[in-house]
Amino acid sequence: MIYLLAQDSAIERIKSLINAACAPEFFLPITIVLFVITLVFYRKITLPAVAGILALAFTAFYVVSMADPDFLKIIKKPDNVPITMMIFLVGFFCWLSLRRAAVNDQRMERGEPLEEAGADDKVLVWPDLVYTELIALVLCSVFLVVWAIVLKAPLEQPANPSVIPNPSKAPWYFLGLQEMLVYFDPWIAGVLLPGLIIVGLIALPYIDRNPRGNGYYTFKDRPFAISLYLFGFLILWCVLIVVGTFLRGPNWNLFGPYEYWDPHRPAALVNVNISDAFWIYLPAALNDRGITFWSPGLPDQPALGGWIPAYIIRESPGIVLLGFYFFVLPVILAKTVFKKLYTEMGFERYLVFWLLLSWTAIMPIKMVLRWMFNIKYFLAITEYFFNV
Amino acid sequence: MSILNQVGNYFRDSQVWGSIMRHGVPRDRRTRAMAVLSNVFLHLHPVAVRKSGIRLSFTWCMGGLTFFLFLAETVTGVLLMFYYRPTVEYAYVDIINLRNSVVTLGLLREIHRWGAHAMVIAIWLHMLRVFMTGSYKPPREFNWGIGVILLVLTLLLSFTGYLLPWDQLAIWAITVGSNMARATPFAGHEGPGAAFLTIGDVPLVHAGSDARFGLLAGTFVGPNALLRFYVLHCIFIPLVVSVLIAVHFWRVRKDGGISGPL
Repeated sequence: MIYLLAQDSAIERIKSLINAACAPEFFLPITIVLFVITLVFYRKITLPAVAGILALAFTAFYVVSMADPDFLKIIKKPDNVPITMMIFLVGFFCWLSLRRAAVNDQRMERGEPLEEAGADDKVLVWPDLVYTELIALVLCSVFLVVWAIVLKAPLEQPANPSVIPNPSKAPWYFLGLQEMLVYFDPWIAGVLLPGLIIVGLIALPYIDRNPRGNGYYTFKDRPFAISLYLFGFLILWCVLIVVGTFLRGPNWNLFGPYEYWDPHRPAALVNVNISDAFWIYLPAALNDRGITFWSPGLPDQPALGGWIPAYIIRESPGIVLLGFYFFVLPVILAKTVFKKLYTEMGFERYLVFWLLLSWTAIMPIKMVLRWMFNIKYFLAITEYFFNV
Repeated sequence: MSILNQVGNYFRDSQVWGSIMRHGVPRDRRTRAMAVLSNVFLHLHPVAVRKSGIRLSFTWCMGGLTFFLFLAETVTGVLLMFYYRPTVEYAYVDIINLRNSVVTLGLLREIHRWGAHAMVIAIWLHMLRVFMTGSYKPPREFNWGIGVILLVLTLLLSFTGYLLPWDQLAIWAITVGSNMARATPFAGHEGPGAAFLTIGDVPLVHAGSDARFGLLAGTFVGPNALLRFYVLHCIFIPLVVSVLIAVHFWRVRKDGGISGPL
């Protein structure tokens, strides 16, 4: 029956539509827009009826998708089973926390006490808490044992250093980091950014000086902090894991979720660096319009008698752009949008905050530039393995 | 029923019971408090907690489940160590044998593997809950930091365990993961700055001396890497995690228990 349905051309058309929507230049903006819509309309979207319908629709979509052999192949891979679990669990708990935040926010507006109110309302740990823990423990054990009986844990062919699988994927929880390797040099994607994630998370309580929203679910009391955290966790971590699992195929090319992983599919290499765009494409475009004072070509001569090497001149557009982004933009923001934030934080905290925020934001910025404008590096000093 | 009660009372009145429990049956307020206070495991809890704090929809029980999964991993892991040898010759064969083992119903390794995945997800969700309730705010800033380190160690535990079955999935995932260490600034031979660290013409940082070499005890994922990951996975990281869990729980108590509105 399902096989017959899959033959239907209407279904094929829907599948190719979804495949096309999963091309990065659409997938990324769609995801970000959906994320923003969810947060803006969090009170409406988290209503049990609305969220329930959305969850049902997504589950149905996920289940029906299994009729597709290429999608089923990805889902069925034992090491990908936790990803299905992650998608549904993260979805459910994000809903739960935003739902409770919405309820609390409405209560505060009406002047009613919070759901968590009643600090003096104490119960004894024995029996109330220990029995809850016991039940959770038993359920968790049952769940694990049943899981272990029903599904065999991943085990592939014995290790063979001469047979390299294509694609070679990191463990699923590191797929977000592996995805970063597409946009950054290994030292940034594999060392600097993970380090900044860890340091940034630890630094978080010292940067977020907002005293409200301590110990209860809320969105209204701390919209900026929650939006930023959820953006990092959902988009930059979970969605990138999903991309790495479902959309990354042989040669690390991008495929639609219902597409056959053809290892011989050619990938167009059309990405250019900012320096190429500035020194070659821009003057060439000007020449086409009859403006000929500037001939295209990368500068390859050092300046000032050798004091400034050629690569610095070549990469000067990127240096200016990055310099503006890392050093000028924070000053402008501190005087405009982040004015209140800056006075609350003070200089040192704002400095750390900008370090973390700029590196968080540069990931989606680079993704957008790569997929929508084919830009590769801002700064490409390949001579010293220094590309940003 | 009355016979059962009599037998029960006989044991509860005995010297042995009294010496173990130090208190009567937890039926009234006093003995219930005693049940928590006089038990080394339960006394991680306070005697009384805020009612809204222990509601499942508030905590999701994810921190507790992460801890329980850590214990389950420790128990199954120790049992697995009886059957598994961390050498290139035996590792894969031992895993195959464990799958077909009658004694463990072939389940030991499956539970350990799936439990590890579940623990990774549970700790993310715990972190999400703590963030969404603002529970990292003063006075809990420090404990949030401990939690972040525990998160990293959990991922490292899972990562080091990934190699041990010595199958294709294992060595290539670890190869991809550890290749990044090659690019560590100054410490990896393909990282920025490494080219400056030379004595005369001799590079200090090369494939046989860089960060990746330190991680794998070699230039590729081979027998030395297997042994190194085994020791890290079974001894070193669990020890550090245990200490940090103790600190984490202690600070939950000291910082005022489960968070709630001030």
